[in-house]
Amino acid sequence: MGTGHTHRLYLPGTSPLHRARPQCKVAASLLFILAVVATPREAVWAFGVYALGLAALARVAGLPLPTLARRLALELPFLLFAVFLPLVGQGERVEVLGVALSTEGLWAAWNIVAKGTLGVATSVILAATTPVPELLRGLERLRLPAAFTTVAAFMVRYADVIVDEVRRMRIARISRGYDPRWIWQARAVAASAGTLFIRSYERGERVYLAMVSRGYSGAMPVLQDLAATRGQWLAALAVPAAAALVAASAWVVRP
Amino acid sequence: MSPPPALEVEGVAFAYPDGQQALYGVSLRIERGERVALLGPNGAGKTSLVLQLNGVLLPGAGRVAVAGLPVAAEHLKEIRRRVGIVFQDPDDQLFMPTVAEDVAFGPANLGLRGPELETRVKGALAAVGMEGHADRPPHHLSFGQRRRVAVATVLAMEPEILVLDEPSSNMDPASRRELAEILGGLDITILMVTHDLPYALQLCPRALVMNGGAIAADGPTAELLADGDLLAANRLELPFGFDSAALRR
Repeated sequence: MGTGHTHRLYLPGTSPLHRARPQCKVAASLLFILAVVATPREAVWAFGVYALGLAALARVAGLPLPTLARRLALELPFLLFAVFLPLVGQGERVEVLGVALSTEGLWAAWNIVAKGTLGVATSVILAATTPVPELLRGLERLRLPAAFTTVAAFMVRYADVIVDEVRRMRIARISRGYDPRWIWQARAVAASAGTLFIRSYERGERVYLAMVSRGYSGAMPVLQDLAATRGQWLAALAVPAAAALVAASAWVVRP
Repeated sequence: MSPPPALEVEGVAFAYPDGQQALYGVSLRIERGERVALLGPNGAGKTSLVLQLNGVLLPGAGRVAVAGLPVAAEHLKEIRRRVGIVFQDPDDQLFMPTVAEDVAFGPANLGLRGPELETRVKGALAAVGMEGHADRPPHHLSFGQRRRVAVATVLAMEPEILVLDEPSSNMDPASRRELAEILGGLDITILMVTHDLPYALQLCPRALVMNGGAIAADGPTAELLADGDLLAANRLELPFGFDSAALRR
């Protein structure tokens, strides 16, 4: 307890990126990713421009590039799929290091790797400059239904509490000589999962009781006015606008 | 006419929906500014009584009034402002993303906004010595700090009476003492439910002993704790090394 894995992605700072309104950042990130996805895969230069742009943003936010690069590892399992495409792809083949690879498959793999990496990098920068509670408030401002953001907020708040409970239950099992080797020994783990569910459910009831005791009547109070000015929106949307321009030119000069 | 007592409970009886009777005609009266301990073994009905006070449970018979206002469905909102309950597990009470937002939750539900709300939040956090942690998430605080914030969340509603459920449980000795200093310094009526008899003695001049869903004794805390027979009859015990004779003054 105490360390809180929910805020591990956030790197505190005071850069313009950190200070921007969360709803502007969320909208700008989403639109930027859409522009990237809409870019033709043959326009390799365009992806280079995007990558440079993201690196510049990270620089402005004072984020250390090695840390960001390590966080990109998140997408590795998804990229494994892309590795197979050149091997199983149809059509024309090229010889690379003695292996015949499908050209179509290579392009498809490149498409996934380039767009996936840029997308993940965008989210990594967003998460590194926006604390989770602010992110949720930003989503709320973008008219995401309050039911979703409230549930997400509770999830963030209680993830640590529940993880801690899981850890204690595991230690208690091990302390009584539990050493699972075979599938039928999973029974104790399953029972623990059931107990955890009941306990979390009961905690939910107690939290609700505490909320009702402080005057909760069905809606979370809105505590902060996070309205963004026109200038803030313009500044944030300049990034996806530039990306859209790059994407459009990529279509125009397409070979 | 003198002002009504902070809390008045008259002949309250209560049974849970499954038929289990928890309270058999409880009556008590707490004057404004008093600090009273509610002592009793597990299962004595202490929690059932506490939940009657702010109308989460409603009595089968009898009546409860907070500063003259009867606890009834039509003014539950005002009752819940007047009765501030600090629950035993601060993790149940602190559910907002940051400390300041959590403290603001109660007064915001009462309709406060803007600078007025901010003043309340700051005042409540200052009262428990946590003003430097306003923007931290609750789960990054130590247990003792979380309990103090839980007290602040209730103080921010400016209640008539502060009800604390086992305030010293799971606390290390230093946090326990710090909380006692904070609670002792508050100018507010307190009802403290506890097993921690020395804590009750330290903070509350008066104590109620509850057992089997009824009040078994009511008097000055030091006298009750010095009565070995009374304690034994109600499954209460002073910690090892305490001399009950020394409490008689």
